[in-house]
Amino acid sequence: MTVVTRGFKGRGTRDAQLPPGQYLTPDFPVLSAGPTPRIDPTGWEFFIATGSGERRTWSWSQLRALPTETVMVDIHCVTKWSKLGTTWDGVSLDTLLADVEPAGDFALVHSYGGYTTNLPVADLTGGRAWVAFRYAGAELDPEHGGPARLLVPHLYFWKSAKWVRGVELLRQDQPGFWESVGYHNYGDPWREQRYWGD
Amino acid sequence: MAAARTETPAARTLELDVPDWPAHRPGQHVDVRLTAEDGYTAQRSYSVASTPGTGRLELTVQRIDDGEVSPYLVDVAQPGDAFEVRGPVGGYFVWDDADPAPVLLVAGGSGIVPLMSMIRARSAAGLRVPFRLVYSTRSPDITIYADELRRRQRDDRGLDLAYAYTRGVPPGWRRPPGRLDGALLREAGWPADLGPACFVCGPTGFVEAAANLLVDQDHPADRIKTERFGPSGGGAA
Repeated sequence: MTVVTRGFKGRGTRDAQLPPGQYLTPDFPVLSAGPTPRIDPTGWEFFIATGSGERRTWSWSQLRALPTETVMVDIHCVTKWSKLGTTWDGVSLDTLLADVEPAGDFALVHSYGGYTTNLPVADLTGGRAWVAFRYAGAELDPEHGGPARLLVPHLYFWKSAKWVRGVELLRQDQPGFWESVGYHNYGDPWREQRYWGD
Repeated sequence: MAAARTETPAARTLELDVPDWPAHRPGQHVDVRLTAEDGYTAQRSYSVASTPGTGRLELTVQRIDDGEVSPYLVDVAQPGDAFEVRGPVGGYFVWDDADPAPVLLVAGGSGIVPLMSMIRARSAAGLRVPFRLVYSTRSPDITIYADELRRRQRDDRGLDLAYAYTRGVPPGWRRPPGRLDGALLREAGWPADLGPACFVCGPTGFVEAAANLLVDQDHPADRIKTERFGPSGGGAA
C-alpha cells in the first residue's frame, strides 16, 4: 500500500540511473562502525586464503606492481545515498584470483580492524571487483578505507570493505559483520536488498 | 503522526503512532519514506529518540537546509499526516541493558538522539549502570534536549553530564568555547581500565576526532561504537 504524504512534493531527481530508494549526493559520506584503524603501511599485506589450506599474500609493493585498472563506477550506500561516476584505481580481483582454485563458491572479506563482509566468489570476478587504492586520482584517505579497500560497486557499498586485508574462500556461506545484524546477505541495490527479508 | 514538539529552531520531535510497532533497542534507527502525489519517493534514516516499548515512537529530526526529507519533517508535516516507517534497523549501535559495564556517550549536535534513547531506556528500566554523557553542541540555545537533560542530571542517579560548547557558552561558564578535546574527554569520560562501552554519534568529522581521542586514551577499538552522518570533513577523498 502506498501512502501519499500530504504536502511532500520532493525535489530529488527522478533519475533512472539511481536504484530504488536512493538519492544523489555530491558528497562522500563516511559510514564506519568504529574508529578508523591505524594501519602501518610497512606491515601491510593482502591475502587470499583458498579454502584448501593455501594462502597467498601480496605486500604493498607487490600489489602496486600488478597491473592497475582505472574504473569509473556508480556507488550506492544502503543508507540511501548514491554517487555517480566515481573514479578509482586498483587491481582487479580477476588478476589476484587468476591462479587460484577456490575451494568453494563463497568469499568472506576481512579488513584491518576486524570488519568482515561476505559475497559469492562469482561477484568478485568478471571485471566487477577491485582492490582500490586511489580515489579521484589521489591516494585513498584513511576514513574512506585507505590504504586500500575492496570496490564491488554493483552491490551496496558496505560490501566494498574498507581497510581490506584479504579474502577467505569458503565452501559454505558465512555472514559478515553487517550481514549478521540485520543487513541483507547479498545486497543488490537494483532489487533494493537492504535488510533481512528484502 | 500524532503530535510534534519543537526542540530547537532547527529540530523537532515527531511522535508517531505506528500500528504493531515492535519494541526497538536503544540506538537503532528507522527508515522514513515519503511519497509525493506523482509517486516519487524519498527515503532517509532517522535515529529513534524514545524509550523502547513505551508509548509512541519518537524521532527527533534536525533540519538540513538543502535537504529534501528533513525540511518536510521539521517544517511541513502536521499531526494527522501519514508516511511510511520501516524498522527498527541496525543491530550494532545498540546499548545492551544487561551489560553492567559503565557507558560513555559522546554526542556531537543531533548525534545526541540515539544516545538519548539509551539514557531514557536506562531510566525507564530503573537501572543504575553508570552513564556519562559528553555532549558537544554549538551553544545553549540550540542544544537538543537541554531541559530534559538538566532535569535528568538532577534526578537520574548515576548519570553525569558534561558539555563542550563550541561557539557560545552560558553566562559564567568556566571553559571557553571550543571543540571537544582529550582533556575534557579524560575528565568527563571513563578511564579505559574500567572497560566502558563507548558510543559516539555525530557528524563525520566530530566522530572521527572523538573516536581517535578515545583510541589515544587506550580504549580498545572494539569498545568504541560509532555512528557517523553527513559528508566527510576533508573533501571528496
